[in-house]
Amino acid sequence: MAHDTTQHHGSATKRIWFVFGILSIVTIVEVVLGIIKPAFLTDTYLLGMKLLNWIFIILTIYKAYYIAWAFMHLEHETKGLRRAIVWTSIFLISYLIFILLTEGGYIYDVYKNGYVAWDF
Amino acid sequence: MEATVVRTGTEGKTWGGGNEPLKASYGKMMMWFFILSDALTFSGFLAAYGFSRFKFIDSWPIADEVFTHFPFLHGVEAPMYYVALMTFILIFSSVTMVLAVDAGHHMKKSKVTLYMFLTILGGIVFVGSQAWEWATFIKGDYGAVTTKGGNILQFINTEGERVALGDFAIPMEGSRVEHDENNGVWFETSQELPTYTIEEVKAGFAANEDILIRTQQLNEEREKTILSREESLNILEAQGIGTVEGANLVQNEYGHPLFADFFFFITGFHGFHVLSGIVINIIIFFNVVIGTYERRGSYEMVEKVGLYWHFVDLVWVFVFTFFYLV
Repeated sequence: MAHDTTQHHGSATKRIWFVFGILSIVTIVEVVLGIIKPAFLTDTYLLGMKLLNWIFIILTIYKAYYIAWAFMHLEHETKGLRRAIVWTSIFLISYLIFILLTEGGYIYDVYKNGYVAWDF
Repeated sequence: MEATVVRTGTEGKTWGGGNEPLKASYGKMMMWFFILSDALTFSGFLAAYGFSRFKFIDSWPIADEVFTHFPFLHGVEAPMYYVALMTFILIFSSVTMVLAVDAGHHMKKSKVTLYMFLTILGGIVFVGSQAWEWATFIKGDYGAVTTKGGNILQFINTEGERVALGDFAIPMEGSRVEHDENNGVWFETSQELPTYTIEEVKAGFAANEDILIRTQQLNEEREKTILSREESLNILEAQGIGTVEGANLVQNEYGHPLFADFFFFITGFHGFHVLSGIVINIIIFFNVVIGTYERRGSYEMVEKVGLYWHFVDLVWVFVFTFFYLV
């Protein structure tokens, strides 16, 4: 709300540019990694996924955190509102992703080993 | 109203009414409600993309090989540079948006106007880039052969470079002509004929010893499998049924058609959000210019539309990761 943010107006723009810096650097790191694709990151697997992909996902969540907290002002909202938004979405989305990816992996196995012909 | 109020003796206490535990206005809270539900919609799409990708994990197209173009740089391999630039443009328009919100808190009308304008500009550039990205993807670049099983066969030379269908196909006198609506009983045009027929490709392939076939199957190094000359000839003869250039909802020269379907659907849905964001931003921009919020004494509308705009940026961050990076 207006009166919430005016208390720290001196640092507000500074904070914005700081967050922009972080988002830019992280994006550049992502793109550079995506183009170089260091062999030790693509050859190492963690929980069935390339280490590089884990890095991409973690960096993305890191960016999402800054966008939501600084740009969308979640850091200045009350704890209740923030939790209602963040916890709900994180719970539902993780559940959905878990269940769909598990199912996708299972179907892959069926196609591969289950004597199901689909490529004639 | 006063007459209908029943005194309960709890005025001023926690449950006495008039308490705002979340300290957010109605409009802002509803914007958050909307954003949350929209976030679930987008995660549904992205999770469905992940589902399909996991289903075909060993034959999914490699994004680096699909999006290799940069405007005005023809024939230059530039994987991801343009998407990265688009990401920057969107992040920067998010920054100008939050600067507009901040200026609104200080009731600086001219600054809000300027920043809103820059935000709209960034959004338009982004949507334009997206359109260009779509056009490039639809047009395709090398072309491929489709098989009976719905797979894709691509062509490379012995150095491992991609070869376009036009580079080796031998033109033949075709018996099929395109059916136009002016010479039929039914006033409909037929489907466009492919630029190169499968017979032309087969003849050209047989005549060029140094061309090999690459399947969409990924090998252990997570690269597409390259067949030997012998295998290439066999598979083309036995399985090739047609040619495809570019991508649409049914066919995709880069690999699995689902990749194109999800690309069109998810980036399209996101692009539509950006477009509606631009429209809403323009409305708010004019409201700022004519001084509506100055008279209202609060620029909270800018803040609300800002929330939406940041959300669009937030979604793009995820689309960028899951479509182009991972």
